[in-house]
Amino acid sequence: MTEIVDILLSASFWAAAIRIASPLIFAAMGELICERAGVLNLGIEGIMVTGAFAGWMAVYSGLSLWPGVGVALLAGMGFGLLHAVLTVPFGLSQHVVGLGITLLATAATYFAYRLALPEVTSPPKIAAFTEWPVPILSDLPLLGPALFTQTPLTYAAFATAGIVALVLWRTPLGLAIRAAGENPSAVAAQGLSVTGLRMGAVIVGSGLMAVGGAFLTMSAFDSFFFEMVNGRGWICIALVVFGAWKPGKTLLGAVLFAAFDALQVRLQQTPLGAEVPYQIFLMAPYILSILALVVMSRRAAVPAALMVPFNRGER
Amino acid sequence: MRLEPVVRPTSLRTLGLPALALAATVIFASGLAALAGAAPLSVLGLIVEGAVGSRFALLETLNRATPLIFTGLAVAVAFRAKLWNIGAEAQLYLGAVATVVLGTGYLGWPAALLLPTLALAAIACGAVALLVPTFLKTRFGVDEVVTTLLLNFVVLLFVSMLLEGPLKDPMGLGWPKSARLVEEARLPRIVEGLRLHWGFGLALICAGAVWVIQTRTIWGYEMRAVGMNAEAAHFAGVPVRATLIRTAILSGGLAALAGFSEVAGAKGSLTLDLSPGFGYTGIIVAMLALLNPLGVVVAALFVAGVFVGADSMSRAAGVPTYLADILLATALLSMVLAIMLTRFRVRRG
Repeated sequence: MTEIVDILLSASFWAAAIRIASPLIFAAMGELICERAGVLNLGIEGIMVTGAFAGWMAVYSGLSLWPGVGVALLAGMGFGLLHAVLTVPFGLSQHVVGLGITLLATAATYFAYRLALPEVTSPPKIAAFTEWPVPILSDLPLLGPALFTQTPLTYAAFATAGIVALVLWRTPLGLAIRAAGENPSAVAAQGLSVTGLRMGAVIVGSGLMAVGGAFLTMSAFDSFFFEMVNGRGWICIALVVFGAWKPGKTLLGAVLFAAFDALQVRLQQTPLGAEVPYQIFLMAPYILSILALVVMSRRAAVPAALMVPFNRGER
Repeated sequence: MRLEPVVRPTSLRTLGLPALALAATVIFASGLAALAGAAPLSVLGLIVEGAVGSRFALLETLNRATPLIFTGLAVAVAFRAKLWNIGAEAQLYLGAVATVVLGTGYLGWPAALLLPTLALAAIACGAVALLVPTFLKTRFGVDEVVTTLLLNFVVLLFVSMLLEGPLKDPMGLGWPKSARLVEEARLPRIVEGLRLHWGFGLALICAGAVWVIQTRTIWGYEMRAVGMNAEAAHFAGVPVRATLIRTAILSGGLAALAGFSEVAGAKGSLTLDLSPGFGYTGIIVAMLALLNPLGVVVAALFVAGVFVGADSMSRAAGVPTYLADILLATALLSMVLAIMLTRFRVRRG
């Protein structure tokens, strides 16, 4: 047990947790926006793969880092547009379209990677984002290294969560988006376009998912690997449910999940880790997610019109 | 724009739109092939040739279709009842584990007794794997899309643990691989000398059986009723929870048979790469088949043909094999759109 306490008190552990949480925060905020507007976006896993590749490829072909993030954002919005067109005006099954988008985005990305770099065996590296310590604050004990000695994309992730919360709960637009997911008929009665709101939410949300993917290649690692997203998208869907469709709780969930992930890596290197098969540690976050869903579902606030197409063949 | 139901679709509409979707898919795939520097039409020709061009190719396609028929059926029966089972991959692996645990010498029974036992054990394991999320759904209201998806990761890690621990082949030279099944536990070949095994026959039988269940029994009626409108079904006296549980047993069991058939028929032992995503591809198969059990057979053959054909095309033309996935994803999306448009008409305003 003392090993766990030691780990929990180390600054490097919390710094790692915040770093691991960052892509999850971006992508989960993207998913949250979609679901708040009434669209379940199962394209998230594939869109993250696309974002990871697009951002990295843009920088590898000579763009600087922030424009590279922009490229990832746009690539994600492109797949978001496809998802939105199929699920919103045409009202196709959100499950099927989402999984189709994941397959399409993943395959198209790997295809593009193979075309762009046919002969490479080890993926080339880029000069990724480096840590940018916030003056003064980064000298705080424990909190300093964890929260204020990160790359700019991590700060952007936390800022995104704040902006999403602010827009969704403090602006008329946010009210309209949430209403599109709760009671679309009421939105339409106000003379607003449910289709427009939902499509916009899916496109912007998908853009954020892609930025979450881009974090992996542009901030966490410095090159693109196959399988690098590795189920993070699906975890984000669980995080949104865990967070009861609220940005603050979803962010907290992402940090907790990341902390657990960082903990299991460290525990594997302790005497305990030598006795327990490493797969148990890798399994734990997923089992924990499922348990969290069971606990949270008791007071879940699912958007009432989630997955319900609006006005398909009516009127 | 808005959508307006088409009361009586013409046959031009019901056949033409899906055909158009397939044509669009082919054109899109050809464009990508051209991008990769190959002659588009030759690439498509190579795919067809690689899928059905020789006896070897055809048998390879049938072999590849076998697990896809099982997982496609599993997804189709579940989706019909709006039980969103995304966990066929996990159920497949648990079926394979059951097959390996009992089939590697633990039971010294003759084949006539051993094979059905293995199949039933596999079905039981797969059923349990889907019953847990179904229970969480009916009891706590936990979304089964998320739980079945997450369980895929858990089960794969569990299998990896077994293969490095209790199920590890002592002769395996450290490679994570189970011991081989005893001879009595192997599914026989359909024709002596060919690679095609009775797993394919079993898959066809299952497709027929599911069709009968869905169209000729009260069970099947209840599953469809729950899928169409659970509240109305409940009101009409359909036991919704019991129906969902039955659906879960059927769906999980079918997916597990894919694992049984791959181990007992094709591979003879269990490794971590037993399934290159058969569980997920089953979703495509089921959707392309419009959730029709007999259609699943056709869709599985088509999807298997695309994969087998793309593999051989990739070797011959140097176009990345990911083209197969792109082709299938595009076919899936354009097909669901086309089928929707046979029943609805787009009106402006």
